Amino acid sequence: MADAVIRVAGLGKSYQTAAGEFPALRGVDLAIAAGEYIAIMGPSGSGKSTFMNLLGCLDTPSAGDYWLAGENVATLDKDALAVLRNRTLGFVFQGFNLLPRMSLQDNVALPLVYAGVDKATRRARARVLLERVGLGKYAESLPNRISGGQQQRVAIARALVNAPRLILADEPTGNLDSHTSEEIMRLFGELNGDGITIVLVTHEPDIAEHAKRQVRFLDGRIISDHLTGAAP
Amino acid sequence: MIRPMLGEAWLAMGANRLRTALTMLGMVIGVGAVVIMLAIGQGAQYAVQQTISTMGSNLFIVLAGSFTTSGVRSGSGGGPTLTVGDAEAIAELDGVANVAPTHQGSRQLVYGAQNWSSQVIGTTPAYLDARAWSIVNGAGFGDSDVRSATRVAVIGKTVAENLFGDEDPVGKTLRIQQSPFLVVGVLGAKGQNLDGRDQDDTVIIPLSTAQRKVFGTPFLGSVRMIMVQADSAEAMERTMAATTALLRQRHRLREDMPDDFFMRNLSAAAESEAATTRTMSILLGAIASISLVVGGIGIMNIMLVSVTERTREIGIRMAIGARQRDILSQFLLEAVMISFAGCLLGLLLGIAIALAINLFTGMVVVISGTAALLAFAVAAGVGIFFGWYPAQKAARLDPIEALRYQ
Repeated sequence: MADAVIRVAGLGKSYQTAAGEFPALRGVDLAIAAGEYIAIMGPSGSGKSTFMNLLGCLDTPSAGDYWLAGENVATLDKDALAVLRNRTLGFVFQGFNLLPRMSLQDNVALPLVYAGVDKATRRARARVLLERVGLGKYAESLPNRISGGQQQRVAIARALVNAPRLILADEPTGNLDSHTSEEIMRLFGELNGDGITIVLVTHEPDIAEHAKRQVRFLDGRIISDHLTGAAP
Repeated sequence: MIRPMLGEAWLAMGANRLRTALTMLGMVIGVGAVVIMLAIGQGAQYAVQQTISTMGSNLFIVLAGSFTTSGVRSGSGGGPTLTVGDAEAIAELDGVANVAPTHQGSRQLVYGAQNWSSQVIGTTPAYLDARAWSIVNGAGFGDSDVRSATRVAVIGKTVAENLFGDEDPVGKTLRIQQSPFLVVGVLGAKGQNLDGRDQDDTVIIPLSTAQRKVFGTPFLGSVRMIMVQADSAEAMERTMAATTALLRQRHRLREDMPDDFFMRNLSAAAESEAATTRTMSILLGAIASISLVVGGIGIMNIMLVSVTERTREIGIRMAIGARQRDILSQFLLEAVMISFAGCLLGLLLGIAIALAINLFTGMVVVISGTAALLAFAVAAGVGIFFGWYPAQKAARLDPIEALRYQ
């Protein structure tokens, strides 16, 4: 698969625990093409969070290789990983994770600060993305002035601000009611329609239904991988 | 990069105002204490230096030895062992700038209906040079006045005020011991010496006139005291040794005989006084610096709390692309800003209190730009030194752990 955004081969991760070495991930192979919309599912302890941390360049694997946009990142150091997270990835978390003291606009613009973009450009880009998620009029407000669903939309705008190849969403609807969840999933659908690759971690089957492809983890391995609507 | 970070550090400081203010208070007190102590210490040094400079520098005196009459010993300077000839010989030595033979004592002065007791010094014009004493009104007397024993006098400021009041003393005649003296000049003010004696309460007249008309002396040509000024502080010891050798030779003293004169280094007392105040001012500064260190530890303490509290924020920042050095500089900048703000306030407070001390107690205080700059440099240093460990701790957090932190 030549245009794969993500390709992992034999990816493994073990943790040292009091009871000895615990393998959270045991040799995972997966390829995700540009423009895909993929849901990663599985019960807690199945290794899906570990897998997401590795995909998100927040952690380094114990074994195997990981190519992100053609670059093998398994061997990069912490600062190089930080730059990669900044330029190539956008994160959406379950808990929104906006910085409480900053205006929404500054929150959205924050990744650009670390990318060294000048102030005028930062403001303009943040403004455009806040408009895109329908919250332009709240640009100067603090995060605690708006609802959870709105906060998650701001978080999505922040994930998009550096024009990433890939968005990683970890249980993005976990803290939201079903109506708001639908709105967020519709937004993801639109973004995917614009050609952005989305990797979604969830344990809710009806949320996973929004993705085009579903991968299921159990005990550190992939046990199923199929397109939505097809039989598992 | 530094601009948005300054803004963020400002926001972080504003997020918990009371805590930031209390942390800053440590620095305010520390810097304030240093500024006040330096101001007082330097003030004391300045006051001593002022006094020393009025005494004249690199001076020593040679006093005549004592003599005994019917079992009663006179004090030093009582004997007839020093002569004007000795003074002239000392003047020929290397490293000697000025030599002034003097004869002094306390006498009653009279002008019109006023009278006043004052120190009368009979000497040569070199005395004024040695003491670096200027004449502010009129003129001094010359060597010819000494040779012909004219009755002229130069008076100090205190004498002028007490005898002449608002009148111009120059050209008036005052009497010392019934002898009339023409006042030719008024000396510039010098103030107190190190013993607290008023140096301006003085009348200076030619040595020869003093000996003949005022003090009287059984041995003409002998003097009680010779004041010698060396070229430089380095030349002092050498000049004193040379003077001793010269006088022993002139007085024909054998190896085993004691000196028939005394010598005293006037500058040594002044220098030890200066050294004492210098030590005191260093001590004051050192004690005050301790509070600065305590202030620094306060900053470190609060920064550690702040890092723990903001663990999740650090995780978020790392996830969206902050490198370790971005986090490090963010927290370091915050520490330095708190330190700097505290320093600025401490500086203002210290200056205000130092000025108040000067206003209410009259104590001399000196506020120097160097001290202020030093305080700022130290504050920045304290901020970086005590902010480094917490900032390092923040930068080394594991992003996954930090994101999970509740």
